[in-house]
Amino acid sequence: MRGFRGLVLGVLMSVGAIAGARAQAVEIEYWQYVFDARIKAMNELIKRFEAANPGIKVKHTTFPYADYQTKIAAAVPAGQGPDVVQLYYGWLDNFVGAKFIQPLPRDAFPHDVIEKEFYPIVQTMKRDGEYYGLPTAVRTLALFYNKKLFQEAGLDPNKPPQTLDEYLEAAKKTVKRDAAGNMLSAGAVIDMPGQDLHWWREVLLRQMGGKPYSDDNKTVVYDSEAGAKALNWYADLQRVHKVGQAGFMDEGQAAFRAGRAAMTVDGSFRLGAFGGIKNFEWGVAELPASADGKRSNFASYWVNAITAKPTGAKLEATKKFMAFTTSPEAMQVWLDMVGELPARKAAAETEKNLSHPIYGPFLKALNYSQATVFVDELAQRQVGLDMANRVFIQNQDAKASLAEAAKAEQAILDRFYKK
Amino acid sequence: MTANTQVARSGGRLWQGLSLQQKQVVWAWAFLAVPILFYGLIRFYPTVEAFVISTTNWNLMSSPSFVGLANFKRLMADPVFWQVFRNTFLYLLIGTPVSLVLAFTIAYHLDRVRFMHGFIRALYFLPFLTTATAMAWVWRWFYQPVPIGLINDVISSLGFSQQPFLRSTTQALPAVLAPAIWAGLGFQVVIFLAGLRAIPTTYYEAARIDGVSDFAILRKITLPLLKPTIIFLVVFSSIGFLRIFDQVYNMTSGDPGGPLNATKPLVLMIYQTAFSSFDMGYAAAQTVVLFLVLLCVSLLQLRLLRDR
Repeated sequence: MRGFRGLVLGVLMSVGAIAGARAQAVEIEYWQYVFDARIKAMNELIKRFEAANPGIKVKHTTFPYADYQTKIAAAVPAGQGPDVVQLYYGWLDNFVGAKFIQPLPRDAFPHDVIEKEFYPIVQTMKRDGEYYGLPTAVRTLALFYNKKLFQEAGLDPNKPPQTLDEYLEAAKKTVKRDAAGNMLSAGAVIDMPGQDLHWWREVLLRQMGGKPYSDDNKTVVYDSEAGAKALNWYADLQRVHKVGQAGFMDEGQAAFRAGRAAMTVDGSFRLGAFGGIKNFEWGVAELPASADGKRSNFASYWVNAITAKPTGAKLEATKKFMAFTTSPEAMQVWLDMVGELPARKAAAETEKNLSHPIYGPFLKALNYSQATVFVDELAQRQVGLDMANRVFIQNQDAKASLAEAAKAEQAILDRFYKK
Repeated sequence: MTANTQVARSGGRLWQGLSLQQKQVVWAWAFLAVPILFYGLIRFYPTVEAFVISTTNWNLMSSPSFVGLANFKRLMADPVFWQVFRNTFLYLLIGTPVSLVLAFTIAYHLDRVRFMHGFIRALYFLPFLTTATAMAWVWRWFYQPVPIGLINDVISSLGFSQQPFLRSTTQALPAVLAPAIWAGLGFQVVIFLAGLRAIPTTYYEAARIDGVSDFAILRKITLPLLKPTIIFLVVFSSIGFLRIFDQVYNMTSGDPGGPLNATKPLVLMIYQTAFSSFDMGYAAAQTVVLFLVLLCVSLLQLRLLRDR
């Protein structure tokens, strides 16, 4: 709504200024990392934005993912670089702490509108009462399943498992082993370096009655009964039921793509890659609920934020551009071109989207999703991988492994919040 | 203006006053200054800078503040660092002798082969020309479990149980090391061959006339005369193994550094600390440690292998 009004305002203003204003067009710079579909979608958005705002030019610059943060950190303090920047929601604290980005101006982005129209996960963008960024699109997890393998195992390919128990049963029926016990096709993918760590931390753990962090995110609390229960349930898929195997086919998504895994938990960002599968039909379902019907999900997103650089006319232009990239129109473009889900409820939960066989399950999850607050995403990820590896490779007891992980992760959090 | 011309004139007079030899020295230094300046700017200045950063808590985004030796204290108390330190030396202590013995054995025998000598040598040299990343990925797939892993396919078709290789805390490091040794082998073989060819044949002829055994020739003539080659290769490959990165990073990219850091070398830890945690001060401290280790190892080797 707001975005549309901003757009109309922008059009009116630029129509008013159009005589001779061409020469003094404001140029703003937008940065994101290299990801083909995102670049194409952003080019489309810029084309539409510039058509509606003839006085503003947007320069679109991209960098390989590996260099992206370093480039920003080098450019912004030098007064160079972007006016609007895309960043992972988990990086926000570092960017705010370094004063790289400014709070979203309240006149263009009123808080009550954000809170009413966006999904609650954007709350993680709030620091000291100010919003620092807004997403165009969000991603959630879902259960991908191979309909062909389901059918071969005598399961109904149109009835994916709804609960964790059904998930385990389906995995047992679909797993294939040779005479020597070597896995030929997995029933359920075990892939911590993939999305399983998120599945464990924000979904399984909560379904078993626990939670990963304290409410202020400063304390690790997964070292609990629920934590052990969740970790054991997950590890038993390999240890006891032997329906999956860490490292099978190198990566979970590779196993699924090759038709050698019946089920995998993965994100909406994988839709593009799985779209190329020709050998079998696959389906998407909501992540399985616990026995008492509890559901949870992990959402993550990239936001656009205004850097500390623009002021005056440039700031006005960036406000308009930001408003446009977070408008329902932009979100539909993003869904169609990138496959990522709209961050506004109204844009996401249209009749058409909700009943969509693939987008539907991802969208439903947005209402019960959690966005983990990271202070050092890769270091925290490493703690989780090590926790699982101690259980899988060294046969360590789940409780002991959890305690070790909690201690290591707490040290990372302490080092960050102490500053 | 007059001052300027005076300076120019006195400069000219100074130049005239130099002998031919002195002029040559000045010219030599003038030319040498370019690489020295370049080297100083891109090598020595950053090295000094790394020492400075290692005493700060710079995170790339905030301005750095001095913390003394806190980073080094943290390093000493970090169990991951000691694990990584151990891995780094395992790469060195296994990699260098194994690759040198292999390379020498191949070169020694290849030297006697006349038939298709060039072709065989080229075959050994080929992996050295291959991109480490591409090679690492091929080997990564070799090591996979059944049904896609070549090695495990063979093992299990022979009736043995599969090996976890990269998914094991004990097998992962040798598994990563193998392609690294293989890749460097061609280079070492070629250097050894050159070293062998440089030994005058008269020594061998004399020895043969005296009826000395092949083994004695190897011990008394070939190896002593190969010493400069061996020193070069030991130092060169040691530094290579201490800096191993590409193979490890690409073969274990999902969980960089292998399960429970089983394959993580110091260089990878530095990379992660600097460019994923953005903990530049801590990363610089690790770099300083790596620098000192490389320095000590090189000096030690040069001393041990020096001609007495």
